[in-house]
Amino acid sequence: MAQQLIISIGREYGSGGHEIAKRLAEKFDLHFYDKNLLEEIALEKNITADKLEKYDEIPRSVSRKVRGFSSSPEENTANMQFEYLRKMAENGKSFVIVGRCSETVLRDYSCMISIFILADLSCKIDWIASLQGISREKAEILINRKNKKRKDYHNYYCLQKWGYSQNYDLSINSSCLGIEKTTDILADYIQARINHGQHRRR
Amino acid sequence: MVSQILAVVIFAVMFLLIITEKFERHIVTLFCGLLTLVVVFGICMRSIPAITRTLNIHQIFVRDFWYHAGETAAPSSGINWATIIFIAGMMIMVEGMARTGFFRWLCIQIANLVHYKVIPIFITFMVMSAILAMFIDSITVLLFLAAVTMELAQVLNFEPVPVILSEIFCANLGGSATMCGDPPNIIIGTSLGYSFGDFITNTGLIAGISLVVTIIYFYFCFRKELLTNCQKQISAADYPDPKKVITDKNGFITSCIIFFCSVLLLITHAQTGFTVAFIGLAAALATFLTSTRYISELMKKLDYKTLLFFIGLFIVVGGLEETGILEIAANLIRTASGGNVKLMTVTIIWISAIASAFVDNIPFAATMIPIIKNLSITQNTSLSVLAWALSMGTDIGGSATPIGASANVVGISVAARHGHPIGWREYCTKVVPAALFVLLISTICILIRYF
Repeated sequence: MAQQLIISIGREYGSGGHEIAKRLAEKFDLHFYDKNLLEEIALEKNITADKLEKYDEIPRSVSRKVRGFSSSPEENTANMQFEYLRKMAENGKSFVIVGRCSETVLRDYSCMISIFILADLSCKIDWIASLQGISREKAEILINRKNKKRKDYHNYYCLQKWGYSQNYDLSINSSCLGIEKTTDILADYIQARINHGQHRRR
Repeated sequence: MVSQILAVVIFAVMFLLIITEKFERHIVTLFCGLLTLVVVFGICMRSIPAITRTLNIHQIFVRDFWYHAGETAAPSSGINWATIIFIAGMMIMVEGMARTGFFRWLCIQIANLVHYKVIPIFITFMVMSAILAMFIDSITVLLFLAAVTMELAQVLNFEPVPVILSEIFCANLGGSATMCGDPPNIIIGTSLGYSFGDFITNTGLIAGISLVVTIIYFYFCFRKELLTNCQKQISAADYPDPKKVITDKNGFITSCIIFFCSVLLLITHAQTGFTVAFIGLAAALATFLTSTRYISELMKKLDYKTLLFFIGLFIVVGGLEETGILEIAANLIRTASGGNVKLMTVTIIWISAIASAFVDNIPFAATMIPIIKNLSITQNTSLSVLAWALSMGTDIGGSATPIGASANVVGISVAARHGHPIGWREYCTKVVPAALFVLLISTICILIRYF
């Protein structure tokens, strides 16, 4: 792809955002990053990714800061990912990134298109219950817990709140049209932005 | 009564805000300090002398502040300018040393001396961490030691986390040995008038015994983990060269001379009469004079936030002291221990340790100093014994959790930035037993030696 393109996907747990992001990456032939971002970081630092995975995208535990140093493994892991994202963007790489506060971290890059995917609770429950093979009650508990974690994680590092439409170029409810059609609409939107020349409004 | 309630509320809010980190801690202490001056002293007590005593500025213009022949103690009430000037001076001196590559050189030189063998590096780095922390702040010690540890772990292919954890613990232990090691000791020493010699012959002795036990403990705790991956053969060409890390040879020699002169002055300050405030100022001036080109760079690196944090903290604690709250707290401790001095001393060690494990040990020590002073007078017991108990409790307790002391935070953060995050569980399972051993040793030593 001639022009640099970064697609940042924020998502509610159970909204199918991860799947949509994956499909968008395939459609635009882009690298897809979510948890595997840590694998690349681990490779670069000559360590194993599992050391970092347990601290990925979760709110920080009780910690302290001294002269800019933090004792929180969650915060250090998050900052490592933010730095890596900035480095990739700086190097002109095109990619799709799921979560990791990417809409804020990469805000200064005009090639970034930020999207937030939400869904109705009943649809989220259906999706998670079938995906995980668990009851609807358990699915609801899981959804609430995961989304709270994502929200707390995001809102600690970003001034703009998680899921607030002002924070994204586009927010879309995936329950209305389902994953496939939502993906198509988003692909059209992204294509229109590319055709428009400047991906992101200033 | 209203002033007492307000002083306690301000203190409690300050502690809470420091813990929650909603605002930078120097902003918190300065704001709470201002509230203490205006609301507690100004509006409630209408006492200008209380404000003057707490601000303590007149203290700086007295000869005894810089030079004294006898055992004059700085007043514990209000801002302890001696602590602030000493810490600022040492910060500048240490930045000057860091600029020339001194700390990196020292770490790599030690690794070189033990032929880059993992276990000897592990042991010598623990000893070096403790010795360096006796004279310079443990944040700087960990900043350089942890960075070099990570570098060596990459080259020699060993697991760096055990080494970092041991370095953190030994830095806190080394800091407890001297008057200029950890901030709580600087405050205790300057507030109660103890010399370098007093600390080294009391807490230093306990720290020395504890260091031997700690090295043995960490060796058996980590030896398997350390040797798991480091089987691969490494060529000598891969080893970092100590000579290459010195960035300014002349500056390096000068900063070494300044450092050794400062250490000498600190060791002999009871004999020479030069106070720690004088030594701190002299170290800073000598650093500036010998590196005039770098003055602005050094000034920019000065951690003024920590100094402001101290100023605000001393004012808030001064509020508690002036309103008589610390006297009430001392009475509570006295009642709880039933007037039994042994029990009181043991309580101070362990309560200080438990509190310091979870809250910053600097405000805790600053608050406890007037309390132990009061206890010493009313119980007619030796102040020094209570001071050593407080010192060991706060310094070692601070090691026990990732948030207890600044060195822990820096060490953990350096490791995490290199891809080795250390969680609460991993930290505490390895370090808490070491802290318990040392606290036990401290308790036994103090009980045997002084009772």
